[in-house]
Amino acid sequence: MAERNQTTDRTLSHAISWQISQPLPADCEETCFGQLRSVTFGYCLHIVHDVQCVRRLQIQTTEPTGDAKSQVNTFLWIPHLHLLTAKLTAWTTCKVTLNIILFNILACKRLLCSLVSALYLSNKPFSICVVFDQANFFDEYQLEGVAPDANEICLEVTPENLSRALRTSQNAKCVKIKLTKKHCPCLTLVAELPTLSSVSRVVTHDIPVDVIPRRLWHDFKEPRMPDFDVSIYLPPLKTMKNVVDRMKNLSNFLVMEANLNGEMNLKIETDLVSVTTHFKDLGNPPWGDDGSQGRSQSRDPEVMAHTRVDIRKLQQFLMGQQVNPSKAMCNIVHKRIIHLILLHEDVSLQYFIPAVA
Amino acid sequence: MPLSTQSQTEGDNYVLVASLDNVRNLSNILKAITFKDHAIFNATPNGLKVTVEDSKCLQANAFIQAEIFQEFTIKEDSVGFQVNLTVLLDCLTIFGGSTVPGVATALRMCYNGYGYPLTLFLEEGGVVTVCKINTQEPEEPIDFEFCSTDVTNKVILQSESLKEAFSELDMTSEVLQITMSPSQPYFRLSTFGNSGNAHYDYPKDSDIMELFQCTKTQTNRYKMSLLKPSTKALALSCKVSVRTDSRGFLSLQYLVRNDDGQICFVEYYCCPDEEVEEE
Repeated sequence: MAERNQTTDRTLSHAISWQISQPLPADCEETCFGQLRSVTFGYCLHIVHDVQCVRRLQIQTTEPTGDAKSQVNTFLWIPHLHLLTAKLTAWTTCKVTLNIILFNILACKRLLCSLVSALYLSNKPFSICVVFDQANFFDEYQLEGVAPDANEICLEVTPENLSRALRTSQNAKCVKIKLTKKHCPCLTLVAELPTLSSVSRVVTHDIPVDVIPRRLWHDFKEPRMPDFDVSIYLPPLKTMKNVVDRMKNLSNFLVMEANLNGEMNLKIETDLVSVTTHFKDLGNPPWGDDGSQGRSQSRDPEVMAHTRVDIRKLQQFLMGQQVNPSKAMCNIVHKRIIHLILLHEDVSLQYFIPAVA
Repeated sequence: MPLSTQSQTEGDNYVLVASLDNVRNLSNILKAITFKDHAIFNATPNGLKVTVEDSKCLQANAFIQAEIFQEFTIKEDSVGFQVNLTVLLDCLTIFGGSTVPGVATALRMCYNGYGYPLTLFLEEGGVVTVCKINTQEPEEPIDFEFCSTDVTNKVILQSESLKEAFSELDMTSEVLQITMSPSQPYFRLSTFGNSGNAHYDYPKDSDIMELFQCTKTQTNRYKMSLLKPSTKALALSCKVSVRTDSRGFLSLQYLVRNDDGQICFVEYYCCPDEEVEEE
């Protein structure tokens, strides 16, 4: 991975975006192009939710001299970052040991955010994958990856740091995220805050990241959609959550089963009690002609595919729902895996829960 | 009602079928007596009685009359079984405990008799949950032999101010002492804790005192750990009657109004603590 020395690089090729800072508050260290020093957490960053945010795109042509007029400002607008914030916040406040978020930045295509819990609850990791199209998120998106034939960057970051920075950016006029190099590689998040006066305030977060070397990238690819047996839309997540919360008091394991008739059952069974919740008329997503549907095409619509999972994992998935998805669906590979997919506008969140014996 | 189709699988073998349009009319009352895992259910044509006991010294009963249910059919004079109450409550509240206005969970409870599980059908918004809870042979509830003819002292209070007192009770006190007397202090609750003694006095002519019939001065102590669970019943109630008999046994009867304004009763019986002081 090339060195990231922005002071010498005027163009935006090595960073996702750049912001030139306005005069910073006195207790913030000096900033200049590429050498944004860290400021302590506690500053508020804000992100606007309004899609009508004014865009301004200008490119810096000179080194900043401290004179505001000679600096040219480049602003970004991130319309949906609050969604990412909400999801990340939800995951990190779930008391789940999510060790890492991996940002896998594919050139001009997608920003893929993969949450992997390495240690939570059991030896088997389950993984969550969020994919969103950068074009819907960022006004400006520039990337230069590792090599021309591998135009990607793969970063590992602690969710808490990132979510804290994003959370405090709720009402910023605009936010920029860039990959920088301080003492170590950092995701630098710079936000401009609205103020009452004409002089705006800029806050910077430096979030240390680890750069994942290319040889390990295969571990972090967007997971392939498995060959599922049944695909079905999920029932209202609130209802599911209420039911699963209660079932967790009664049993450690739950069986989820569904068929192509839009029926899904959640079942638990112990020595003391058996409980089955029946959802009907859920609908099955029409997957079209891709190969993964092959298995399910000749299937008897009445026959259920089922998988037995650790109920806490399903509960975690349901706990993280603070944003109502526009579509929520589930693919079941009989006795193997449950693949849950949430779509919200242009963000997809995928969640895999492996079967237990 | 969608649930009616479910009972076809059970055939006509049920000995008890009870249906409620709003399951909270049952679950809320049961929460008021959930301090032990197991509960004894006894159904008669009059309704349902649920009993929970603790260490042979405390007994709580909840009465839900047949009229409260939208359907209450019983094929025998008396149907009894024992179930795990915590499990039952988790099942009754399977769709969540919170109330959303206009949305109620309906319940149909079926029991086929000895050896069969208790089957619950719960429905909310088109989603149906079926629960089968294993039952056991019911134990015989203790008869505390509390006779209304033997009642020495009786008061009926509005629950509001007793709720305050009970929520503030000094839990470091091992006992709760109840003094009832035709003269001062009339009705007194006392605790003896680490920080000191506390007394709550309710004069007989106070507004909250609806009935005051005390014939003899009595002071009795009851284990705090036994009486503390009664706070849940108190919280639900609008009135409570406190009675003691010549042996010092305590009877607390709570009048509870459910979501639909109907009346149910919860009662607690408690033995006095070993060192009984009778003046």
